[in-house]
Amino acid sequence: MTTSYLAQAPSLSDFGHDPWWLVLGKIVFAFLVALLGTLLGVWFERRVVGFMQVRPGPNQLGPFGLLQTLADGLKMAFKEDILPRSADKVIYFFAPAISVICAVTALSVIPFGPMVSIFGHQTPLQVTDVPVAVLVVLALSSMAVYGIVLAGWASGSTYPLLGGLRSTAQLISYEVALGLSIVAVFMLAGTMSTSEIVAAQANGTQLSLLGFDIQAPGWYAVLLFPSFVVFFISIVGETNRPPFDLPEAESELVAGFMTEYSSLKFALIMLSEYVAMVTMSAFTVTLFLGGWHAPWPITMWSGANSGWWPLLWFFAKVILMVFVFVWLRGTLPRLRYDQLMRLGWKVLIPISLVWIVVLAGLRTIDDWDTQSRMYAIGIPAGIVLLAALFWPSRKPQPQPSLAEQVENRPPGSFPLPPMDLQVPPSPRTRRMVAEREPANVPAGQDSEEV
Amino acid sequence: MNTSTLLAASGAVSGGEAVTFWILAPLALAGAIGMVASRNAVHSALWLVLTMLSLGVFYVLQAGPFIGMVQIIVYTGAIMMLFLFVLMLVGREASDSLIEVLRGQRIAAIGLGVGFAVLLGSGVYRATEGTVPVGLEQANSGGNVQGIARLLFTDYVFAFELTAALLITATIGGMILAHVERRKEDKRDQVATMKARFAPGNYPGPRPGPGVFATSSSVATPARLPDGRLSDRSTPDILPVRELTAEETTLKGTEK
Repeated sequence: MTTSYLAQAPSLSDFGHDPWWLVLGKIVFAFLVALLGTLLGVWFERRVVGFMQVRPGPNQLGPFGLLQTLADGLKMAFKEDILPRSADKVIYFFAPAISVICAVTALSVIPFGPMVSIFGHQTPLQVTDVPVAVLVVLALSSMAVYGIVLAGWASGSTYPLLGGLRSTAQLISYEVALGLSIVAVFMLAGTMSTSEIVAAQANGTQLSLLGFDIQAPGWYAVLLFPSFVVFFISIVGETNRPPFDLPEAESELVAGFMTEYSSLKFALIMLSEYVAMVTMSAFTVTLFLGGWHAPWPITMWSGANSGWWPLLWFFAKVILMVFVFVWLRGTLPRLRYDQLMRLGWKVLIPISLVWIVVLAGLRTIDDWDTQSRMYAIGIPAGIVLLAALFWPSRKPQPQPSLAEQVENRPPGSFPLPPMDLQVPPSPRTRRMVAEREPANVPAGQDSEEV
Repeated sequence: MNTSTLLAASGAVSGGEAVTFWILAPLALAGAIGMVASRNAVHSALWLVLTMLSLGVFYVLQAGPFIGMVQIIVYTGAIMMLFLFVLMLVGREASDSLIEVLRGQRIAAIGLGVGFAVLLGSGVYRATEGTVPVGLEQANSGGNVQGIARLLFTDYVFAFELTAALLITATIGGMILAHVERRKEDKRDQVATMKARFAPGNYPGPRPGPGVFATSSSVATPARLPDGRLSDRSTPDILPVRELTAEETTLKGTEK
């Protein structure tokens, strides 16, 4: 099975040999993935959020309401396109396009599957790959910020400007955490090319536990769990999804940076948001969830990772990630701005930095002999444990009892309900009991027992 | 990437490279000129973004994909974004004034700038004329990223660390200058805020809104309470509560 992995997994030298029609076909395919992802993503999100909030969601147009998004899109196309008088016209026009272009282009370096044969050509299911493919995605996501910021600025009114300002600061902070969390992947995979990162996750290490040979998972979500958590939180912030959707924040800023947009330009902004969600989900799957490789129980079937089957596993994983995005939206309240910044700078970035140092240490001692490795891991771990054990804990303040707190309230405070909460019985209840006729059944033999 | 590395190493210019160069080089120049020429500061920043993006693609074209991507991520993605942040805070009406303070400085600046560009360009051209690039293949032999990493962590590790220390020092210095240290007693947490809100003498509900739309469009108009009194809680603290005259409440014709 290991050899079949290697035979299927494309390397960098497999790219750049396609005829032009194949390149065109792949680009159209990636573009269709983006568009269909939006079309189905909006429907999926509304249905899932509806399910979580115990209501049906869109269910009128087409089977299960599948055509609702299409209808909404058509409706938007026929709406009046409003250009505010104080808007900066050129930038106002181009800002949504910047977002969409960046979000869609990022799909070009995502590996959808292994080498397949298309009309006799052996070709990887990926538009292209470069030695710095992961950095390409990062660069595009940092360029996509311009779409949001410029949309906010060019609208020429206050709420969009506030939304744009928020998104600037938010995206810059979360990009740092995002980049740092990917560093761990680079360290383990030894490459920045997406197809090679996927190939590096194909084979886990063999562990022998209690006499059984267990194939430990090679997915970086398991091996690099802290990085995975930081990465996922960062991409939720990077895509402006709840609970980090402060740039739009409909309860404070009307619709944030897109308040002034209408018609097709608004549709473009919606499109870019959902394409970014799909792209980032695919990026997560590529970096941390094994890419197009089949998950464990399916790998027992030897043909699972060859041919066109991996497309199925890949899109199943992407849909799972999109579901998590929707789940977050359905359950978490929006963060306050200072909480957002504190999470980014004081939690995610320090965790990433410490984890990178620890990982670098572990990689360094990898080829030491067992005893010195034990020392190298055991001594720092012991120091950390001892420090945690003997760390001076804060002295608990003596908490005054409830009665004392009530006594100490200053005069003129708000009235309190009775503390024992004994409600006097209602007079009506007593009357009903009194008016009821006494039981007319004679006591039986065994009445004493009752 | 291998093919482009080889091509760049041999000194030959492939067709794709030439086409990309002749498309992007005018764009980069237009960005540079537009950055100087545009009146609006945000437009200037965006022209500069165009130049930086073109430069990033040039780096990729010259078999340096890593530095090309880092150029885009760091310069356009982070630094120009911070510039934009500040420019947006300044406000969108902040355009350059057209009044020349020093007479003739514009002409002089253009002349000197063009002269300097000619001097620099001809100097670089003369210095690199006829040279054949060598060693690119060896530098990129183990991969572009690995090659840069090897140099950074061997030959240039001291310079690299020193630069990092300098940047960190500058950042921390800036933060200290902007930081306001507050005493622990002055910080009020959520519990203390709520206790103060419900303390006797403080009305815990929201303040009444100003009577803006009733008689005038000024926020200085106080709200009228049910018993007919005017509430000074409805106006900003710096404004005194008073009844506005009819002349004051009519529209001035200055609104858009």
